[in-house]
Amino acid sequence: MAIKTVLEAVREAMSEEMRLDDKVFVLGEDIGARGGVFLATEGFLEEFGESRVIDTPLAESSIAGIALGASMHGMRPIAEIEFGDFIWPTINQIVGEAARVRYGSEGKMWAPMVLRAPHGGGIRGGLYHSQSVEALFAHTPGLKVVTPSTPYDAKGLLKSAIRDDDPVVFLEHKRTYRLVRGEVPDEEYTIPIGKADVKKSGNDISVITYGLMVHHCLEAANDLINENIDVEVVDLRTVRPIDEELVLESAKKTGKILIVHEDNKVLGVGAEISAMISENVFEFLDAPISRLAGPEVPAMPFSPPMEAVYMISSEDIKKSIKELAEY
Amino acid sequence: MIIELPQVGESISEGVIGKWLKNVGDSVEKFDPLVEIITDKVAMELPSPTSGILKEIIVAEGETVPIGAEIAKIESEHDNDVSRPPEPSIESKSVGTQIGTTGEILKNTAPVGPTGSGGPISTDDEVETLSDSSEKLTKTNNYISPVVARVAEKNNIDLSKVVGTGRNGRITKKDVQSHLGNTNNKPEQIPNKSNEESLDGQYRQNISPIRKIIASNMVKSATLIPQAWTLTEVDVTGIVNLRQSIKENFLKQEGINITYLPFVLKAVAQSLKTNSLLNSSWQEDHIIINRKINIGIAASTDDGLVVPVIRDADTLSITGLAQKVDELTRKSREGNLAIEDVTGGTFTLNNTGVLGSIASQPLINYPQAAIMTTEAITKRPMVVNDGIAIRSMMNICLSFDHRIMDGKEAGAFNSDVKQILESINAGTQIY
Repeated sequence: MAIKTVLEAVREAMSEEMRLDDKVFVLGEDIGARGGVFLATEGFLEEFGESRVIDTPLAESSIAGIALGASMHGMRPIAEIEFGDFIWPTINQIVGEAARVRYGSEGKMWAPMVLRAPHGGGIRGGLYHSQSVEALFAHTPGLKVVTPSTPYDAKGLLKSAIRDDDPVVFLEHKRTYRLVRGEVPDEEYTIPIGKADVKKSGNDISVITYGLMVHHCLEAANDLINENIDVEVVDLRTVRPIDEELVLESAKKTGKILIVHEDNKVLGVGAEISAMISENVFEFLDAPISRLAGPEVPAMPFSPPMEAVYMISSEDIKKSIKELAEY
Repeated sequence: MIIELPQVGESISEGVIGKWLKNVGDSVEKFDPLVEIITDKVAMELPSPTSGILKEIIVAEGETVPIGAEIAKIESEHDNDVSRPPEPSIESKSVGTQIGTTGEILKNTAPVGPTGSGGPISTDDEVETLSDSSEKLTKTNNYISPVVARVAEKNNIDLSKVVGTGRNGRITKKDVQSHLGNTNNKPEQIPNKSNEESLDGQYRQNISPIRKIIASNMVKSATLIPQAWTLTEVDVTGIVNLRQSIKENFLKQEGINITYLPFVLKAVAQSLKTNSLLNSSWQEDHIIINRKINIGIAASTDDGLVVPVIRDADTLSITGLAQKVDELTRKSREGNLAIEDVTGGTFTLNNTGVLGSIASQPLINYPQAAIMTTEAITKRPMVVNDGIAIRSMMNICLSFDHRIMDGKEAGAFNSDVKQILESINAGTQIY
């Protein structure tokens, strides 16, 4: 298997699907001649031409709206929002409309669109290039929200998202783009949306996480092997729907749960996981469910030391795991 | 504010929670006595570090907790969570060559720049520090978790018999599982029913915190120190006579009774000066010899044994020692000993004679080098100048650390003490 970066995996997933299906096209700011702000669509204009690689004006609401309309007419658009931080003008199109198409039309219409956006911090992006946006979309029934952590997962999940008949918000952590590499099979494969993955199996503590934090959690878990703490790392991969079966299975096994996400804590994905566990497998718990999440401040600070404080590190995770282990 | 068990004395690693002096819900003023803390050195009252309402007692009476353990929660007006400054990051290890589909996070590789795909950004300033949003688990120690409760109920486990290894001794899932494993693995319980359930003609008495501490100190002494023992007879007729002649006047002048103890203390302090190995401590690869002569005197109280310390005993006169002894015995009887009253001892003296004993084999007060007892003074016929005389005799017994010294040094010390005591007569200066 070839070793690839997350960015390469994303690019491959899109180009392969575009070759397989004429209905798939990409649109967004600077995705054509420029190849996308992160070069996710580099070479696409040359290969697929202007009709399938559409540079749009700086108008996210329109990007989402065009994608939605096209999808309702049988196309499979992949709309790129340059940064998750700029996704808010799409909210009405996505939350107010796309999520409700199938439901509102009693199944007569549907919207097989993908809204791709790089998100997350740790890249000196400050207030406007660092936000985590998953919790806001994940609250909406009718949407699927995917947050991959590895090249393998990114490719397999993005292909599933493109083939999905309903709208998918696909959030790629931009810090993983070139920072995380891994094996990607040469042959065709997809990963089902809504299936979590045990990235490391263990018996003492379940760490449930997604996105960039998967890697920090794995680092912490591997370090703690020396201290005889056997940590299981569960990568949700999809934050809506959450793989309830796997989360509960892991929680039942270990009885001690730490949820880690970069997004702030209050009303975040971790709150849902925590509730899900205590509602279903309370009798298996051996410690209070614990959450390690970003602080309750409005946005990622621009100052590098402050950003470093905001971002959760593997040392933070280790500390939380140890506290839980000692409990 | 979370109240933690403070450092209550040098080389003390844990304390026993005594009586809580405030109840949950009580309002507490700063410096109000909050709880009794019993350490292996002293019992003391912990003053509240803040004013507010006592919200929660985390550690119950009688439990042993390490220094720094959370013992109570007081809600005060200024209860702001001040987060700690970030700690320095630790260089993370490289993952190795196995990558797999789980992937690996590249070190020293610039992620994307904030506004796009620009060239790799410098990683020099790539600081990964800690955010401190970690949740502190501050639930009570005796909390039985749902899984522990369920497993215990299902298997009829009496949780009071399960040893907890979690924080503050909480019983974890693993504990109950291994307890279950142990009981299941026992091939067949021998039908000898001398278990706790059927104590025929016996009953169980709980162990007080101070008893536990004494027990653990005694085990330390008996197991870690190879102790040898020696006894020396001392003719204390001179002291008896002297005491008899001064005691009324002494009481009048000093307001306290003159006992034999200050005389012995004086003799021991002087002898320790010249026999410094007796005033030392074994440290595996060296011996620490104490310049200070701080003599602990074992005192019995209703709660158990305490050992208040007379600091710089060699600098005090017999009267000074008498006053110091009186002060410390009063304090221990009233339970008012302070940390400095019971720490720093370098040698221990125990007057077992008050119990009528004429010889006893004391255990060294770990980590000291020796302990001496003074036995009952009895009138005995003794050979003096080839005639027989009735003399007041007292035995002194010494247990010593045989790693530090041999019988020669111990014997020399004993005979110095003996010589000083026997030289005391009606003319001896007590001030």
